[in-house]
Amino acid sequence: MTVASIAEVPVVRAKPSGFFRDLVTVAGRAIRAIPREPESFIPALIVPVFFFVVNTGSLSSITEGVAKAGGQSFDYAAFQLPVAIIFAVTGISRASALVADISDGYFDRLLLTPVKRLTLLLGLMCADFVLVVALTIPVLIMGWIFGVHFETGLPGIIVFVLLAAAWGLAFTGFPYAIALKTGSAAAVNSSFILFFPFAFLTTAFVPQEALSGLPKIVAPYNPVTYLLKGLRSVVSTGWVAKDLAEAVAAVLIVAFLSIGLALLALRSRVRQN
Amino acid sequence: MSDTAITATNLVRAFDSKKAVDGVHLEVAAGEIYGFLGPNGAGKSTTVRMLCTLLRPTSGAATVAGFDVIRQPGKVRLHIGVALQEAALDPKQTGEEILKLQARLFGLSGREVSQRLDALATLVDIGDALKKPVGTYSGGMKRRLDLAAALVHNPDVLFLDEPTTGLDPVSRARVWEEVQSLNTELGMTIFLTTQYLEEADALADRVGIIDQGRIVAEGTPDELKRSIGSDVIVVEVAADGDRAAETLRALTGIDQVDQRGDEILVRTTDGAAALSPVAVALNDVGIRVKNLTLRTPTLDDVFLELTGTRIEGNDQ
Repeated sequence: MTVASIAEVPVVRAKPSGFFRDLVTVAGRAIRAIPREPESFIPALIVPVFFFVVNTGSLSSITEGVAKAGGQSFDYAAFQLPVAIIFAVTGISRASALVADISDGYFDRLLLTPVKRLTLLLGLMCADFVLVVALTIPVLIMGWIFGVHFETGLPGIIVFVLLAAAWGLAFTGFPYAIALKTGSAAAVNSSFILFFPFAFLTTAFVPQEALSGLPKIVAPYNPVTYLLKGLRSVVSTGWVAKDLAEAVAAVLIVAFLSIGLALLALRSRVRQN
Repeated sequence: MSDTAITATNLVRAFDSKKAVDGVHLEVAAGEIYGFLGPNGAGKSTTVRMLCTLLRPTSGAATVAGFDVIRQPGKVRLHIGVALQEAALDPKQTGEEILKLQARLFGLSGREVSQRLDALATLVDIGDALKKPVGTYSGGMKRRLDLAAALVHNPDVLFLDEPTTGLDPVSRARVWEEVQSLNTELGMTIFLTTQYLEEADALADRVGIIDQGRIVAEGTPDELKRSIGSDVIVVEVAADGDRAAETLRALTGIDQVDQRGDEILVRTTDGAAALSPVAVALNDVGIRVKNLTLRTPTLDDVFLELTGTRIEGNDQ
């Protein structure tokens, strides 16, 4: 009798395990899953390197030449490093894994436990934070290879990484909201479209004063413009409180919107429909 | 837990205008195996999802382990274990990781987790595979792991939603044995939905038959079978099933004739006496009989009597 083995062990009683323990448990599972799904983060390593190399190769001589003609110095690699970081961390999330949980029924299994519902989302975001911080490292190494120097030194590098990671985390709310609302892998994949206006209708390639057409109109309203400004100040200028404050505010605004949507979607999903 | 493990009063669940569950009344005693039998789409899984707090009833009330499923869902969850229709497992985690995670979410201490895992490993009985990703498991291994995950916190009430659907006969027999042991050795109340008649017959102390969202009969398997009070002669003909059925309907002493292709079911109060006339009548009209069997009623016959359709037919 195989059940006899269960009968022999001391009786246990289930109880709510508490918010923090639930969070650690859910986050632990999500973090363990990251290296098992290299397909979910390898593109995030390749894309920024590709854009950094191509943009620097094709535009550095023009932009630096124009600056030199105006009697100024301009390091285009340093200008591009924040863009590479943004490309690396934007859209990285466990939303596809969440969709798989929903479609496999595993999400229901979790809902059948006394787990604090909020931790089902926050645990995934913890894993995202770990991943986006990890993804900034190869980009920083690449910048170092290209001779990028941080005016703010090591503290600046830490702030740079944390600010980029906070942006990456803020953006994850969108795919999570879509995943929780639709339970559809196709819908989550299509959320990548959101990346384009954020990433390209801004100062990704040239300074704001050199923009024209649609990017010039949209850039002042794009939070990424202010994020890039803050990140670039840390790399090239030094500690500029106004630029950093604007960058933080831009991240917070996007976080408020995206994570707010995700929380609403979570509430709808876990409600006993 | 009180003597009653599960109660449902006029439980209704509608999706848009369609009622998937339409006024279900239930009372399952503590320590009982209750079989919830019905064809696909009858409302079994919807009922289970309401009792397990995954789905809010449109109206009506239910308690599980003494707690209200609407007002006290958190307390209900602490007392139930659930293995849903499809083994709900993450294919990228190992079996051990799934059990540990489940145990931690149910608030078990590190020592308790280790003890439960050791015991459940014996139940799952998949050897070293417990340390391998679930995606590499067979259907039977997944079902056993799913069952172990449902048991990790020692629930009072276990819900098994079609636990053997899709399993081979050997795995199915093994699940049956485990279900019976859980009930007899641990005294666990088990609410088992199934579309397999023999499963309900073999495992359940009592059976509720559900059709189109309503419970149409309830009782022990023997009570239900006795309720239709007749023997069944199963006639398999080589061809001309329609004509064979017509011929048999004309015989005296026959209560009911149901035809399914070339298989004809003849219900009669005295099967032994009717066997020979049935064979002779078919021979007289030139219909060749391939098989002629006399048996007592099954739960499928009960379902046919109550609803006019067959569970097995719906299943197919």
